[in-house]
Amino acid sequence: MLSVVLTCSKLLTAASFRVELSGRERGNCSLFSDCVGECALCERVHVINTRLNKREFEKRKKFQNNHWLLKAVMSQRKRPSNVQSSQSKGARHSEVLLGGGGGDDDDDDEDVTFTQPSTSQVQRGLARLTPAQVDLKTAEVVQFIFVKDQKKIPIRRADIVKHVVKDYRNIYPEIMKSVGRTLDTVFGLMLKEVDVKNHVYILINKLEPPGGELLNMTPSNPKIGLLFVILGIIFMKGGVVKESMVWNTLKKLRVDPGDRHEDFGDVKKVVTDEFVRQRYLEYVRIPHTEPLEFEFRWGQRADTEVSKVKLLEFMGQLHDQDPQSWTQQYRDATSSQTVPVSQR
Amino acid sequence: MARPLGESHKRFLQTMMANGIVDGDKARALHRHCCETHGAQYTPDKLDEFIEVINAQLQPMFMQIRKGLSEEDGLQYYALVNMAETDVTRMSADYADNELELFRKTMDLIVDSDNGTASSTDILNCADSLQTKKLKKKETEHVLNRLVQDKWLIEKQGEYSLSTRCIMEMEPYIRRIYQDQVKVCHICHNVALQCQMCENPTCGIKIHTHCVARYFKGRTDPRCPSCEDFWPHEIPEVYRPPSSQSQSAATEKTTPTPRATGQSRKTRRS
Repeated sequence: MLSVVLTCSKLLTAASFRVELSGRERGNCSLFSDCVGECALCERVHVINTRLNKREFEKRKKFQNNHWLLKAVMSQRKRPSNVQSSQSKGARHSEVLLGGGGGDDDDDDEDVTFTQPSTSQVQRGLARLTPAQVDLKTAEVVQFIFVKDQKKIPIRRADIVKHVVKDYRNIYPEIMKSVGRTLDTVFGLMLKEVDVKNHVYILINKLEPPGGELLNMTPSNPKIGLLFVILGIIFMKGGVVKESMVWNTLKKLRVDPGDRHEDFGDVKKVVTDEFVRQRYLEYVRIPHTEPLEFEFRWGQRADTEVSKVKLLEFMGQLHDQDPQSWTQQYRDATSSQTVPVSQR
Repeated sequence: MARPLGESHKRFLQTMMANGIVDGDKARALHRHCCETHGAQYTPDKLDEFIEVINAQLQPMFMQIRKGLSEEDGLQYYALVNMAETDVTRMSADYADNELELFRKTMDLIVDSDNGTASSTDILNCADSLQTKKLKKKETEHVLNRLVQDKWLIEKQGEYSLSTRCIMEMEPYIRRIYQDQVKVCHICHNVALQCQMCENPTCGIKIHTHCVARYFKGRTDPRCPSCEDFWPHEIPEVYRPPSSQSQSAATEKTTPTPRATGQSRKTRRS
């Protein structure tokens, strides 16, 4: 890191430079305009005017936000030629996207420090591109989302930008608007942000789950049955259960987490790893437990995709009871917050 | 301006996405159910128009619901194909580099073969000479099983051929990579892997087995359409599925596979 700093400082015309942190409209970053052609910071980050000398800069590096910001700048990655010049103004928000984290293949060192471009930047970007080019990018993002969704793993904005949007990141909002429109009008699907801080999305269905004949036409996954039993247990118990409750119930159904199951394989892994990664379940440590115990809750995908009312009706059929006899659960199921997207 | 899609169209599309490929009967049933479920006007026999509306919207995304004939049984199938990536990398979400290489080599064997198949022995030999990481015998068998499960390959008695969906999806890729080396059917002009060939050395045209059945149906003296030499091969019967099959297929809850794998129903040459 130090050597990179030194290399960069050679390119800078002065030992100190302007780093702008979030706050208001900025002006030129004259120093960086000499460095590599365009200034990665200025066109993206909206910052307070601060003059830093090299020592300050080194110190500032340690602060989390700047660290990532400066790391991106200092890494001197090749900047594409159609990116905004350093004269851009009017960046309204700064969002520093930390590209790390998540159980993905993506290299943590290859951070995509991505900040939302301003409206004027987007307008300028759009002016340079033909509608066909924008449409092409939209198509690529849609394809990317489908490929990622195959495994039901949530999609990170960082990945979309890094792998698909790439050179077009200055019109990212416009592309994503187009993507959202397409997903809705053509496929009846929607991107829902499940992690607002890290900008992670899942793809959910706006159409109701198929019933009757249609149900027979869609290939089903046996694991969904397993998932539903667990979601049922959690819901009936008020939204959170100890893991021991889940394992005991499954054992009664002859699904033993200790044994390898014919249809599900490694049951424990499917439940605590796969379903959790897919955001169907949450598997959280209960603090201060000795030995370590975990509890299960519904995950965000379950909240948006699964109808609690239907689940309760299913329970009613199973136990030959009126769903309304479980008053608390019935109230939970019918409260407006829990109504899935397709039924709104 | 392309016509906007109704919920029935979106439902049809979602089901196609889940299945990948469906046979003609099932597609028609699906059309009916989608219209009925979402209260859209249903006109039987207008499936192709219904699909055209969807395709107009899919076109900017390089996707298409395509109609094609299966080389196995000559029946019509509808498949959702991706036309953007005409490369094998389309599958790369699920398969490792060396597995894709194995698939490419298998495809090479199939295209080069006379009868459009590759034996498992030959494929296993290929696995030994992969440039990316080599695959052991057990691993190769596992990969081949996955490829069959994911409907890229069909396996019959140890011989592997490209599935209908694979051919429909990969046709542009196959034409681009193999160019003149790949056989093309004289009748329908599609890629022909399982086909019959005119024995005249100056002619040598190829015709799909199912195209042969249709073209020469009822003729006592079959002649090559190009050079008019006698067509020496056995003319198969045009395959007609019994009408009860469409009901039994609908009650099956398992992932439907093209009828190609139902060996017992083949009425072709003994």
